Amino acid sequence: MASVPHDDHGHGGHGNHHIPKVSTYLANYVFLMVMLVLTFAVAQVDLGALNIVVAVLISVIKTSAVVLIFMGVKYNSRLTWFWASVGFIWLFALFLTLGDYVTRQWVHLPIGW
Amino acid sequence: MSSAQLEVAPQRLAHQFEDIDQQNECYIVGMWTFLVTEIMFFGALFLALTVYRSVYPNSFFEAHLALNKWLGLLNTFILLTSSFFVAMGVRAKMLGQNSATQFWLGLTILCAFGFLGVKYVEYSAEFREHHFPGPNFHFVATQPPGGDLSANSQVASGQPNISSRDFPAGYHPQQLELHKRQLFFSLYFVMTGLHGLHVIIGILVLGSIWFLIRYKHPSVDDYMTLELAGLYWHFVDIVWIFLYPLVYLIGRQ
Repeated sequence: MASVPHDDHGHGGHGNHHIPKVSTYLANYVFLMVMLVLTFAVAQVDLGALNIVVAVLISVIKTSAVVLIFMGVKYNSRLTWFWASVGFIWLFALFLTLGDYVTRQWVHLPIGW
Repeated sequence: MSSAQLEVAPQRLAHQFEDIDQQNECYIVGMWTFLVTEIMFFGALFLALTVYRSVYPNSFFEAHLALNKWLGLLNTFILLTSSFFVAMGVRAKMLGQNSATQFWLGLTILCAFGFLGVKYVEYSAEFREHHFPGPNFHFVATQPPGGDLSANSQVASGQPNISSRDFPAGYHPQQLELHKRQLFFSLYFVMTGLHGLHVIIGILVLGSIWFLIRYKHPSVDDYMTLELAGLYWHFVDIVWIFLYPLVYLIGRQ
């Protein structure tokens, strides 16, 4: 088949890739710094078992800021959104295995686990 | 600066792709696939840390006091800053500004070396104090008054609710407590060590790109090379975002 002239094919060109604003990056950086101070400050207060919950929550927020803005997932295709989520969904599934450790205490074995 | 002036530098299209957008998407999704395996890899270690921390909360709390939370804070600051720098570098490369890219990349690599420098100071202290797991592992509790060597005293006084897991026959309670603290340091060294290895690989990758840009190598004409390296670097940052609070800032249970 004779080659059909095609606008882009084989030549390259300009993609539609989003160019982020410098101010967006700066704002994200400042936000991360505030969250870092918060991480440290909260850890100095004794909240008992809540300490780790808050620490993980702040880490998740920081991670979201890095993934969405710095890694540009926010501006990327739906396929990228999906693929980036897969890792974190897996992580959640991995931590479901903690159910084993929690429920062991419900069954008393005289010889221990 | 009006956004109309800004345009992505031209990219070369490989023949198997329909257009540039599809090509870019393939690159990025491919990189994310690798990052997913990395999340699994570090996730397993975080799970191990969570499990043993919940089994031996007091021992882990006492052991973590030996770490320097200020140096950890400094390193978190350094890595977050380097993440900003590399994002700026990718943006500059996207716009085809090579010298600006080199500037931001240089700063990123400087941060990476700074991180390793701080880590060196930390590791030195830990080796000096025999906190590295092994036959010479040693732990002197530096507990302020008011705090108790709780796990020790609990085991020694033989309180109820101590399962055989906590007190197997033939073990001296002190020796057992030492093993638990050694477990914390095993996890600490494995996790921070593997993270440090990732930082070193990051320096090699970003450093290579810096030189390739300097010598105008065709492989870095397309900003995607740096974009993907940037994704990797952000991931290294994310691992540390979780490592810092979960290892350095353990709360009292």
